Amino acid sequence: MSTAVAEQVDEVKSTPWSGGRSPFNVEYGKMMMWFFLLSDAFTFSTLLISYGALRFSAPTWPAPSLVFQSFPGLIEHGAPLVFVGLMTLILILSSVTMVLAVEAGHRNAKKEVVWWMIGTIIGGLMFLGCQAMEWTHLHSEGFWWGSIPTAEKLKEFFIGNVPAAQQAMTGHQFANLFFTITGFHGFHVFSGVVINIIITINVLIGTYAKRGSYLMVEKVGLYWHFVDLVWVFVFTFFYLV
Amino acid sequence: MSSETSDIHAEHAGHGEHEGMTKKKIYKVLYILLGITSIEFLIALYIGPHYHISSHWINPIYIVLTLFKAFYIVGYFMHLKFEKLDMALAIIVPVLFIIGLILVLTNESHYWIDLRL
Repeated sequence: MSTAVAEQVDEVKSTPWSGGRSPFNVEYGKMMMWFFLLSDAFTFSTLLISYGALRFSAPTWPAPSLVFQSFPGLIEHGAPLVFVGLMTLILILSSVTMVLAVEAGHRNAKKEVVWWMIGTIIGGLMFLGCQAMEWTHLHSEGFWWGSIPTAEKLKEFFIGNVPAAQQAMTGHQFANLFFTITGFHGFHVFSGVVINIIITINVLIGTYAKRGSYLMVEKVGLYWHFVDLVWVFVFTFFYLV
Repeated sequence: MSSETSDIHAEHAGHGEHEGMTKKKIYKVLYILLGITSIEFLIALYIGPHYHISSHWINPIYIVLTLFKAFYIVGYFMHLKFEKLDMALAIIVPVLFIIGLILVLTNESHYWIDLRL
């Protein structure tokens, strides 16, 4: 464009911030994805921080090692963290297939991009399936938005002697926060899968090959990694702490 | 998106700004993430219950390990480490505001518990 002329006319205006190009050296859509993710990070952090505040202010809390100790469909009791470990593994691996798709996109290797994208989509669907099983399991125990298991069942989720009234109160808080936060995250995974499918179709019909760049794959990649990033925090604060 | 003008693409490819992530590096980051997660599991399932370590000690360890994982995901997978410093700061500095909310609400939660008891 006219940048060459502009440089000759005015040598002083040649810093990244002197206009005419992206000072961040990032394409517009990619930068907007970053800023969207920043706002999304704020949303998730408000949810997680309110969870933290409610949990700090509660005299007791259902023990994660007792609430999450089943592997739905296989083991009923005594397998704490095993199922969520599988979910974490699936999400990390799908993040890796996503980077590999981006990497293949830089080499304009259309076939490889398609296969890695399909891998990512399968990973996302597997994660959603696991989450559905986890939710079903907790629901069958009596947990849901605004509802908790019967008193003698709820007792099993607490370590030590906790008064029944406190169990009911923190049980409710736990149920509401758990389903809201993992639900909001699961909704992100779901939309990520939908966007990944759309992008894969675009790759297949050659939209990006024609455009000469697989930058769109990079942008959905950012979103997908963000979903993985949020899970890392949800995992720590719901299942470990 | 039609707004992806060709000169920005040329700039993108020309500067080779994506040399940062090779396949080898991607797998290295994967092993680091899996390694950190296994350490978390080891603490949660074995070290914690076996040595009766209080959660006051274990929880900060979890949070530090989580932040390490976040660094590797954002820095390498999301490629922020290889973007221009201005770009990285535009994302990282606003995130620091979250620390403010954490401080305010953890502090506030101590008053809530006093109100309840």
